[in-house]
Amino acid sequence: MVTKDVLYKLVVFLATVGIAVGLVPIMTIVERRVAAFIQNRWGPNRVGPWGLLQPVADGIKAFFKEEFVPARADRLLHFIAPMLVFVPPAIGFAVIPWGNQIGSVKLQAVNLNIGVLFMMSVLSIAVYGLAIGGWASNNKWSLLGGLRASAQLISYELTLGLAILVAIMMAESVDPQVIVAKQTRGILSWNVFGGGNLLALPCGLLGILLLYTAALAENNRLPFDLPECEQELVGGYHTEYSSMKFAMFFMGEYVAMVNMSAIVTMLYLGGWYFPGITNPADHSWLGGILSVGVFMAKTFAILFVYVWIRWTFPRFKYNQLMNLGWKGLLPLSLANVALLAVVGVFTGGKP
Amino acid sequence: MTNYNIGSLFKGMFRTFQHLVGKKATLEYPEEKYIPRKGYRGEHRLKKDEQGRMKCVACFMCATACPAECIRIVAGPSPWPDRDKIPVSFEIDLLKCIYCGMCEEACPCDAIELTPTFTQIATTREEKIYDLQKLMNR
Ligand code: SF4
Ligand code: SF4
Repeated sequence: MVTKDVLYKLVVFLATVGIAVGLVPIMTIVERRVAAFIQNRWGPNRVGPWGLLQPVADGIKAFFKEEFVPARADRLLHFIAPMLVFVPPAIGFAVIPWGNQIGSVKLQAVNLNIGVLFMMSVLSIAVYGLAIGGWASNNKWSLLGGLRASAQLISYELTLGLAILVAIMMAESVDPQVIVAKQTRGILSWNVFGGGNLLALPCGLLGILLLYTAALAENNRLPFDLPECEQELVGGYHTEYSSMKFAMFFMGEYVAMVNMSAIVTMLYLGGWYFPGITNPADHSWLGGILSVGVFMAKTFAILFVYVWIRWTFPRFKYNQLMNLGWKGLLPLSLANVALLAVVGVFTGGKP
Repeated sequence: MTNYNIGSLFKGMFRTFQHLVGKKATLEYPEEKYIPRKGYRGEHRLKKDEQGRMKCVACFMCATACPAECIRIVAGPSPWPDRDKIPVSFEIDLLKCIYCGMCEEACPCDAIELTPTFTQIATTREEKIYDLQKLMNR
């Protein structure tokens, strides 16, 4: 029945939006607690049990802060910029396959056959938010932050695209459903292990490393968080933002992080498939929920590595960042694609 | 050419993971109290002898030895035959005190002592001036 299908789709869609927004407060508390643990502290543990209500307190605080727009700032752009940061990554969630199908319903809000391309294009819109935010603030340092953000994202987008291309070549498709389905033939069929072809194993491992590094830079996370810094830029593109607008920038960053982790999971780590826990042929409710759980667990593992890396490595200088991007990662990712192509040709046209 | 040493990156991440699961340095104060080591020099007290009388004979040795000059003693006649004087008033200004322990060293009767009490609570300056009563009852 059409109406029933539409209803199911609506439920999946709302759940996706819920995940997108709901993961952000969870991530903030995880980030703060892990940060504290790594520094041998306890972190925020006073609000609610184990400090779990801290994000709520933070949110209430952000709401009651003064909303400030600097004099002679561009009010319209100043207003739009935080939304431009928050909305595109949230839209990107639409094409992520959260789990196996339940009955005939695929657990994916929009079943788009060019999903990966859609996601890449949507994610790169977020940089406009940062650049516009920096421009609209009528503040030199904010502008510099925005410029840095755009230069950095353009540089690393190439590596990101090429690393995603490796996964696409392995799956021979840009449809998220197909990419995941091809990785459900056992743990060695995950793209990180070469997508079922052991000769392509180095490509897979290098691919996920490159993708992850580029993802760190794309999300302005340490060690590549050049757009924000207290020392040179008094804060960064969001210096002149306060209250909920600032929180929006902050949330946008976290949504992008969650989104990027979901992409890594989907492209390289077999999506919702884990041998012994989820079965691709199992379309029951239990199987569906288990598959969502597996996807979430993988996503969270990757998010944890984000936080872990942040509190381990010192940040780059700007020239080092550009050197690494253009002289290190870009040739490496090009070589990776070429290598995979050669392996593909010599193993019967099927990487 | 930049040195891309991937191995050391993993080494660093291993180190931070050790800290992640390791022991925490923070003391959660209201629930956990700091217990100083034995012999820590904290708040003072005046000791009593076996009969429950104060040991102090108001000899002013402690007040003389004190580098911070924070002990004020007013002596009075003793009701007991074994000594001449006892303090009528004995005040230590703990805001001036540097907890050096000189008073304890100087006392010929072993009457004054620094306890290992770490936490002191007062809401006014006056409360930090401990009088005879307070010092005796500790
Ligand atoms: S500890 Fe030192 S400063 Fe404090 S009362 Fe005794 S002698 Fe004076
Ligand atoms: S030195 Fe000892 S006996 Fe003498 S006044 Fe001080 S506390 Fe009392």
